[in-house]
Formats: sequence, structure tokens, C-alpha cells
Amino acid sequence: MELRSKVPSGPLAEQWERHRAEIKLVNPANKLKHRIIVVGSGLAGASAAASLAELGYNVSCFCFQDSARRAHSIAAQGGINAAKNYQNDGDSVFRLFYDTVKGGDFRAREANVYRLAQISVNIIDQCVAQGVPFAREYGGLLANRSFGGVQVSRTFYARGQTGQQLLLGAYQALSRQIGLSKVTMYPRSEMLDLVVVDGRARGIIVRDLVSGRVSAHGGDAVVLATGGYSNVYYLSTNAKGCNVTAIWRAHKRGAAFANPCFTQIHPTCIPVTGHHQAKLTLMSESLRNDGRIWVPRRKGDTRSPNEIPDDERDYYLERLYPSYGNLAPRDIASRRAKEVCDEGRGVGPGGHGVYLDFRDAIARLGREVIAERYGNLFEMYQRITAENPFAAPMRIYPAPHYTMGGLWVDYNLMTTIDGLYAIGEANYSDHGANRLGASALMQGLADGYFILPYTIGDYLAQVKLDQLDTAHPAFRRTQAEVSDRVNKLVAAGGRKSVDAFHRELGRLLWDNCGMSRAAAGLQEARDRICVLREEFWRDVYVGGTGEDFNQTLEHAGRVADFLEFAELMCHDALHREESCGCHFREEYQTPEGEAKRDDARFGYVAAWEFAGVGVAPVLHREPLEFATVHPAQRSYT
Amino acid sequence: MKVTLHVWRQAGPAAPGRFVRYDMTDVSPDMSFLEMLDVLNQQLIARREEPIAFDHDCREGICGACGMVINGRPHGPQRATTACQLHMRTFPDGAELWIEPWRARAFPLIKDLVVDRGALDRIVQAGGFITVRTGSAPEANAIPVPKRDADLAMDAAACIGCGACVAACPNASAMLFVAAKVSHLGLLPQGQPERSTRVANLVAQMDAEGFGACTNHGECMAACPKEISIDFIARLNRDYIKAAISHEG
Amino acid sequence: MTPPVAAHAPATPRLVRSLIGKKVIMAITGVILLLFVIAHLLGNLKVFQGAEHFNAYAEGLRTLGAPFFPRGSLLWVARVVLLVAVGAHIWAAIVVTRASWGARPVGYHALEAVETTYAARTMRWGGVIIVLYVIYHLLDFTFGRVNPSFVPGDVYHNVIASFRAWPVSAGYGVAMVVVGLHVYHGLWSAFQTLGLNRPPTVRWRRGVAGMVAGLITAGYIAIPVAVLAGVLR
Ligand SMILES: Cc1cc2nc3c(=O)[nH]c(=O)nc-3n(C[C@H](O)[C@H](O)[C@H](O)COP(=O)(O)OP(=O)(O)OC[C@H]3O[C@@H](n4cnc5c(N)ncnc54)[C@H](O)[C@@H]3O)c2cc1C
Ligand code: HEM
Ligand code: FES
Repeated sequence: MELRSKVPSGPLAEQWERHRAEIKLVNPANKLKHRIIVVGSGLAGASAAASLAELGYNVSCFCFQDSARRAHSIAAQGGINAAKNYQNDGDSVFRLFYDTVKGGDFRAREANVYRLAQISVNIIDQCVAQGVPFAREYGGLLANRSFGGVQVSRTFYARGQTGQQLLLGAYQALSRQIGLSKVTMYPRSEMLDLVVVDGRARGIIVRDLVSGRVSAHGGDAVVLATGGYSNVYYLSTNAKGCNVTAIWRAHKRGAAFANPCFTQIHPTCIPVTGHHQAKLTLMSESLRNDGRIWVPRRKGDTRSPNEIPDDERDYYLERLYPSYGNLAPRDIASRRAKEVCDEGRGVGPGGHGVYLDFRDAIARLGREVIAERYGNLFEMYQRITAENPFAAPMRIYPAPHYTMGGLWVDYNLMTTIDGLYAIGEANYSDHGANRLGASALMQGLADGYFILPYTIGDYLAQVKLDQLDTAHPAFRRTQAEVSDRVNKLVAAGGRKSVDAFHRELGRLLWDNCGMSRAAAGLQEARDRICVLREEFWRDVYVGGTGEDFNQTLEHAGRVADFLEFAELMCHDALHREESCGCHFREEYQTPEGEAKRDDARFGYVAAWEFAGVGVAPVLHREPLEFATVHPAQRSYT
Repeated sequence: MKVTLHVWRQAGPAAPGRFVRYDMTDVSPDMSFLEMLDVLNQQLIARREEPIAFDHDCREGICGACGMVINGRPHGPQRATTACQLHMRTFPDGAELWIEPWRARAFPLIKDLVVDRGALDRIVQAGGFITVRTGSAPEANAIPVPKRDADLAMDAAACIGCGACVAACPNASAMLFVAAKVSHLGLLPQGQPERSTRVANLVAQMDAEGFGACTNHGECMAACPKEISIDFIARLNRDYIKAAISHEG
Repeated sequence: MTPPVAAHAPATPRLVRSLIGKKVIMAITGVILLLFVIAHLLGNLKVFQGAEHFNAYAEGLRTLGAPFFPRGSLLWVARVVLLVAVGAHIWAAIVVTRASWGARPVGYHALEAVETTYAARTMRWGGVIIVLYVIYHLLDFTFGRVNPSFVPGDVYHNVIASFRAWPVSAGYGVAMVVVGLHVYHGLWSAFQTLGLNRPPTVRWRRGVAGMVAGLITAGYIAIPVAVLAGVLR
């Protein structure tokens, strides 16, 4: 396997422009002859499918939810970044680029990030034209707010439902193409494998979740826009259905998996209430604009928060990071929260929580302003916890939220399998070791609207693809393998539920490959994952049949893949003997407890090649060169 | 706490359905309604019985996947709250709960509490969009939108497409859903060029799907987890009448 | 399984074909009927001015438009308009009701009413009651078939004769309550259906509907009450 990043030559600022001028185009008549498979209908998938169809390609689009509109992008609350500099506060493409590279702790490819920053401005134009009702000033122009990890106001938002509104924009564009029959939509359909013919991705195997029918779909290129894998931790802020299956299957067929251990733990989530907990709820990071984070100075202080006077409170982020304060980047905010809780100063049941306090903001701005800014978030908090944030501070705790890791892609977003693309959260590309707030939406839409539609043409224009139909042996073989696996799961007559396995795996990873990691724990976790995986196939109970709507079976398939993938995650975390961004190795920290990078040894992207289940994967390195931004110890103090 | 559930069980569209009673003990008031069903499902699986099928995904009240009628109320008794965000503390200890799927001809049943809401997607496909090709958009701030209009458009755009409005409507009408889309796009300057064709196409598709007619009960608004107002229905009617009158040919 | 999506190209909004269009027809015809109900009430209240005035009013209706129009012609025009309105109103009601019944073939164990009103839920049966009532009403005062002592031309006498029997008055009262309920929801509903909800309107739509309905019911009921109480004789 060879990693060729295909970054164009020339000055950073001109690379994308030049690349677009140089790549091959497919002539309009030929576009009509191609079929492209897009798996996923989130921001990345929906925007790509719609844009490709607008260009004339025939598109088949798949999602596991009952409607394309329900992809998990819908849940993003806070906003989307763009270097518009509408606030005149010194923002620019370069600054957005710089912030993103630095925020990612210098583990992302400069060229990709720069392109992302350039495109960010087009995204806002596109979305506004689609009718996305972004927040506005009284003069009718677009409003902005600031988000963690940066000092400018560049985040566009639609109340607390930015992801929803952006996704509806993309979904509507997609719907238009479905209405025009350019896109065939397959909801309630789960991709269970990739079909590779002569080294090129030519199709997928899909299970219809209603009828249970397994079928093959062929195309000239396959795009995976299947989102992130935070659910490997069982409890995360992701939707229940989010999974690693699609990209894991692609990995097993030859796509390199990059930086799997780079997982982001979001600092502001509602703490766990009990064993029944099925998922965690994020409270938008935007709350940190006005909320102050603190814990009691004294250990085991059980007074109610309002009774604790100011001088007995520890506003630890403000204390440690005076210039960023409560807006310190996510990885730092999360780790510090864990630290104070581990010291025994956590609040709420079990001591797994810190306060996010609006008292001062309410006093300063008035209740109305706060209600206008965060009303729906406060309501949501109250609904879940039965506590009123106007009266007492919120309690928050970090939770798995986003995965920077994903399939390795080159500058064209193509994976190591020809004709297989990965976009959105499913790829690893732009966020390095830590993603800044409001930049995932930006990346998903940049990939889908503005990058992939060009770069895929470059591939299609150059390859000579044979006409294939799904009777081809490769399709039949893969389909048979998928059916066998489904049957095997249904037939497994064990005693333990799928859910129990998932919880156990999640616990294992949270403890050993979560907010902080250490060699011993990672090794142990890796071993225990193997054991758990064997136990799973021996002792799981699924029930029902494969030819039916069977949600336990869906879950079982996803957990089976998580159980393979988790091992790779630990392997990657173990190999990376440095701390960077969200990857915090206890052995590698500064005296102040900050992450200590090792650029000399680990200034690369780790792209893993699959070598077999339970077999050590093969490491390929893509060295990272920083020609423009010079890696420095990240400092937010 | 304890609860008694009567859950609609139906193996498939053609199979007969019935309510099955389940007695649950040890329910935590901090559980969400769906977590309570998760726990029940785990018990059913342990007993080698089929778990209850129900749609869900985000569990945050935004994806619109979840939906069931709980004691005669879509998404249950709490105002502005989806089933996934409903918590057991809303119910008294010992409560008896009847749980049914959305019922409408346009939402054929798939299994237990799961229905096919594809009709709502097809309505959007018929014209619930602004035609704009990727890349052809003008500079975002070139089109100022009065804050009041933008806010009102956002109120309408908040729809999560869960179908509770249809489920709650005594006529199984989809007017609130359609009204929300028509209003969201129709309130914005970008939406003007297609305003009348959009409303015509959406209404035609709504009728073709077999939804009932609105008789202004307002139940949709009461059930809507996003509290979308039936004022938008009046707006839809107005737009539709205007389109019909002004349409040449 | 999936019905095809309706035409993508600009479709002509077809008022009469769509369910919304039928509701618009109901609203417009309903408002015409409502105007009649109000005019009819204003006329009827002349009964309190005594037999002479009242009978003169009844006669006046027939000579409306004189000398340009022949006797009774405008009354006939009005009758035709009313008849067409009633026909269209009922036709649309039937189509809309059938669409709604068809839209939920399998009902709920229970569907709780939260926002709706008694008036809204009784529109359909209310309409049927109104039809039955109107038939009786015509047989009573127009054709005299069920009137205890019908005197053609002496409308005042006919009214008093009929309302003196308390069961007739009671039935009339019930019918007027039904009309009131129908008008209450109907008028509010018509505001919605016709899209009359500009910001200033929104707030008083319900109130206006309630007031109009209340006044109509009270006004009509005042007559039999006065007869039974001996105020009118
Ligand atoms: C609670 C929350 C809040 C967030 N807030 C923000 C924010 O404010 N700003 C920001 O920039 N980012 C935010 N993010 C991150 C951001 O929302 C996501 O990273 C982004 O939306 C991912 O988009 P996507 O298109 O890549 O994937 P998704 O939206 O997750 O879509 C995945 C798609 O793939 C389909 N799929 C998955 N697996 C399969 C399979 N095997 N077969 C078939 N289909 C499959 C799914 O059906 C779905 O359609 C937030 C994330 C969460 C969880
Ligand atoms: C006194 C005579 C009547 C008056 C003044 C009247 C008035 C109205 C009005 C204004 C509406 C509102 C239309 C809309 O929804 O926009 C309405 C609705 C309706 N009318 Fe009548 N109507 C009368 C008689 C009848 C009769 C005789 C019937 C039927 C048999 C009937 C059945 C209905 C029905 C079913 C509705 C729709 C219900 C709804 O919107 O909830 N009406 N009427
Ligand atoms: S599960 Fe997403 S809205 Fe309830």
C-alpha cells in the first residue's frame, strides 16, 4: 500500500485553484452514463448526492434511517464556521486555516485545511440561497457568534438547530434530485460490505432493514459519507444508530484507516444518571460563551451550588487559561474537568460533573437576553434533569462526541482503494488530533458540495471501467459472505444480549482509551477486546429472523464490527507515544499537565492496513509537512 | 416506580395486531420513555420474546425518528417534547400506559410501533425546496432578510418531520407539516420565485398521499414537539388561494 | 409501495380538486349562509315591534327592489343563491368528511382531545341537525304543513302559534345552540381556511367568532322565550 497525498504543488493559497484547473473533466454526455453510489445522507452525503446529480451523474443514495433527513447531522446544535469576516474582527481565510491546524494540534494536512477555509465562505452563500434561516441582525444581515478555541466571531447559526437547518437545506436539494429521478434514494438500507473488482470500488452490498433482503448495487465509484464511530464507547452524544460498519468493511477490503484513536470527548454534556442510560446529550458548546465553569475548592463539598460563595469556587479554566478562559478548546476543557472530578471535587451524583453557571451572565445581560440565546438549550436541560438552569447552575461532564479518525483519503478525498471516496466525519482529513467547534459541519459540506463533485470527475475521466452487472462473481461472492454473516448472527444461540456486549466494550474503551490513556491500560484493553469478541460470537443472543425488521440484528452487526475496530483503536493509541490534541497519553505530558507532542517521532498520519481479524495491522505513515504554520506547543493560556 | 404498559404488537403490515400487557417494576423516574422501553426490551430478549420494534435515533428530540401515541397523546403528555425526551417522572407511580403507533392511511404500519412515513419525504420531493444549483449562489449578505421574517421562517423550519401532527389530527391531515415547509421557504426572499408552484405541488402531493382534510381542530399544534403554530396553516391556505387565483392557464 | 411524486413542473393549483379548495368552498358558502343567518335574525327581531311591522317586513322582502324588479324576483335570486350555497356547502362537507374518514382506516385505542373544542368536534353532526331543522322550519313557517294554525301572509301569527307549544320552542332552542356552535367553529375555521391571519387579525379571530355565534344564538332564542313568557302574544 502506498500513501500518495496528491497535494498539488505551488503556494498554499493557489493549490486548490490550480488543482481545479488541472483536473480532468467528464463531458456532460458521459456524466449521464455514470452511476455513483453515495452511502449516507448526512451533510456530507446529501450535499454530495445532490451536487453530483445536478452535474448529471446518476446517483444511488443509501441511509439506515427511515428518511434521509434524519441523518445524525441533524443533531448539531451550535453552528458552522466560515471566514467571512462579517464582524470585521480580523478574521480571514488564513486565520481560520491557522486556527484549525493549531486546534488540531498539528496533525492535519495543511493543504486540505487551507482549502477548507477557502471554501467555507461559499458554503454560507450556498446555504443562504437554499433558504437556511440563519440568525440575523436587525439590519437583516447575518449574525455570528464565537465558539471554543478561537478569538474571532465567525460562527453562523440557526438558533440551537444549525445542523438541522443545514441538513434540511441539503436534504431539500437531494429531494429535488430524487423528484427528478436523478437520485434513487434507499432509506432503511444498511451497507454491509464493499465490492471491489480489479482493485476498484464498484459497488456495495446492502441489507434492506424492513424486509431483510440482502442485495448488491453496482456503480462506477462509491462514496462513503457514513459519519463517525463515537458509539464504539456505547455512551456518546451520537445517535443510537451511528456505527463504524461501512468504513470498517471498506477497511477490511483494503482502505487504510487513519488515526483511529483520535476521538473527541466533548466537555459540555449532561452527566450520566443511571445504569439505564442509553445515550448522552450534548449541551451546545456555545453555552461556554456566557456560562462559567467551576467546581468547589474543597473536596466533597456537598452544599448546594448557590450557597457556595465566590471565593470558595474554583473557576479552573479561567484560572489556568486566562486568555481563553471558558472558551479553551474541547480537549483541554474535557481533560481538566476529568482532572478536577478525579481529585474528588466533582459535583452531582457520583461526583461526575462540574458546574456551568449562568448567574453572572444573567446579572450582566438580563434574563431575557440569556433566554433568547439559549432558551431551547435550557429547556432541554430542564426536561432531562428536572433542574432549572436559571435558578441553579447546569451540571456537565465530558462525553464522546466526534471522531477525527476515519478512512485515510488523499487530497481528492479518495481512499487507498481506487474509486472509493470518504467524506464528512467518515474520513480523517481536516481536524488532526482535535476538532474545533463548528468545523465539522463546515467540513462535511465542503467535501460534499464543493470538493468531491470535482475530484470524482477527475477519476471517472481517467479510468476505463468495464460494464459490470451484479451477477459478476465479485458481487456474488461478497453478497454471499454478507448473507452468511447475517445468518450466523441470527443463529447464534447464546445467552448474553447484544446490548450487554456493547456496554461492556464501551466501558472498556472509556476507561482505557478515553480522555486519557496509558500503555498498560491500552494493552490490557486490547487483550480484553479480543476475549470479548470471541465471547460475542460464542455467546450472543440475537433472536428473530434475518428476513424481517429486526433491530436487534442491526445492532448486533454493528457491535460485531465495533468489536473488531476497537482493537485497532487501542493499537493506534498504544503506538502513538506522544500526547496530541485529544490523544492524551499520561506518560507524555508537560509539568503543567498539558499534552506533550513529539513531532520528530510522530509528526505523521498513521494509516493502518488491515491484516486480518486479531492480527496486528500494518502501519503506513504519511509524514506531515508544515510549510506555512510552524508547529509549536499549543498554548491557550 | 411501577408502570403497566399496553403495547400495540403487530408482526407486520398484514398480520393482525393487538395490545399486549407488560408490568414493569423498578422504573427509574430519571429514565426517558425510550430508555424504559429499552429496559423492557432487554427483559423480553432475556425471556426469548421478540422485543418491541420502535423507531428512534438521536434521542435528543431533533431527528424526528421516534414517535408513538402514549395514552392518546402523540409523544405523550408533556408539551413540546418528543417521546425520546419524555421522562418517566412525568407519570405517576403505578401509571397505566397505552402505547400505539401513528395511525394514518398514508403511514402504513411496518411492525409494532414502526410506521412508514415516506409520504412526508415525497411531499418535499414534489417541491419543498428552493431550486439552487451548487455553486450558483450569490454572496450571502447580498440578500438582507428582516430579522422578523428570518425568525418566523425559523419557527416554521423547526419542524422535525416526525409525523405527530398527522397522528394527532382527528382527520389524519398533514397540513401542519406542509404549512411549515411552505411557510419556511415562502417567508424568505430566496423562496419567492417558486412560491406559487411550490405550494401547488406540495398540496397536490399531500392529497395524492391520502391524508385527510384540515378542519382546524388545532390538535397538530398541541402535539407538535416544536410547537409549530397553526397560523402557518392559514398562511399555507392564503398562499394556495393566491396561487390558484393568480395562475394563468 | 411508493406512489410517484406529483408533477415537478409548475402545476396549476386546482382549487376545486384539492381538499384545501373544498375547504375554501365551504368557507365561502358558509360565510354566505352566515350572512343570511344574520340578516334573517335582524328581520326576525322585528317581531318585537309588533305584528304590523313584522308582517310589513315579510311583505317588504317580497317587494324588495321595486319598482325595478317584479315582485318576489329578488327574493328568488336570494333563494337561489342560498340554495346553491347550501348545496355546495354540503357537497364539500361530504367530500371532506369522507377523505378524513378514509385517512385513518385503523383507529386508536384512544386519542385524547387537547386543543380542539366541542364545537369543532360536532361540526358534522351539527350540520346534519341543521339540515333537519331547516326542513322542519320550512314546513312550519314557509309551507305551513306542520304549523298548528297556518295563516298565509300573517307571519306574526304563525310564529306565535308555533312557539306557544313548548316542545317546538325547546327544539328550536336546541337547534339554535347547534347553529351557534357551528358558527363559532365555522367562522374561526373560515378565517383559517381563507388565510385571514395577518398579525392584527390573529388575536381576535376566536373572540369575534365567539361573539357572532353567541349573539346569533341569543337573538334567535329570544323569540320563543318571549312567546313562552307571554311577552309576545
Ligand atoms: C450532538 C452533536 C452536536 C454537534 N454539533 C456540531 C456543531 O455545532 N458544529 C459542527 O460543526 N459539528 C457539530 N457536530 C459534529 C457534526 O454534526 C458531525 O460531525 C457531522 O454532522 C457529520 O456529518 P456526516 O455527513 O459526515 O455524517 P452523519 O450526519 O452522521 O450521516 C451519516 C449518514 O450515513 C448513513 N450511514 C451510516 N452508516 C451506514 C451504513 N452502514 N449503511 C448505510 N448508511 C449508513 C446514515 O444513515 C446517515 O445518513 C455535532 C455532533 C453531535 C453528535
Ligand atoms: C346555518 C347554516 C350554516 C352556516 C352559517 C354554516 C357556516 C359554516 C362555516 C362558516 C364553515 C367554515 C368553513 C371552513 O372550515 O372554513 C362551516 C363549515 C362546515 N359546515 Fe357549515 N354552515 C351551515 C350549515 C351547514 C350544514 C347544513 C351542514 C351539513 C350538512 C354543514 C356542515 C359543515 C361542515 C362539515 C363544516 C366543516 C367543519 C370544519 O371546518 O370543522 N354546515 N359551516
Ligand atoms: S429519537 Fe430523534 S427525535 Fe426522538
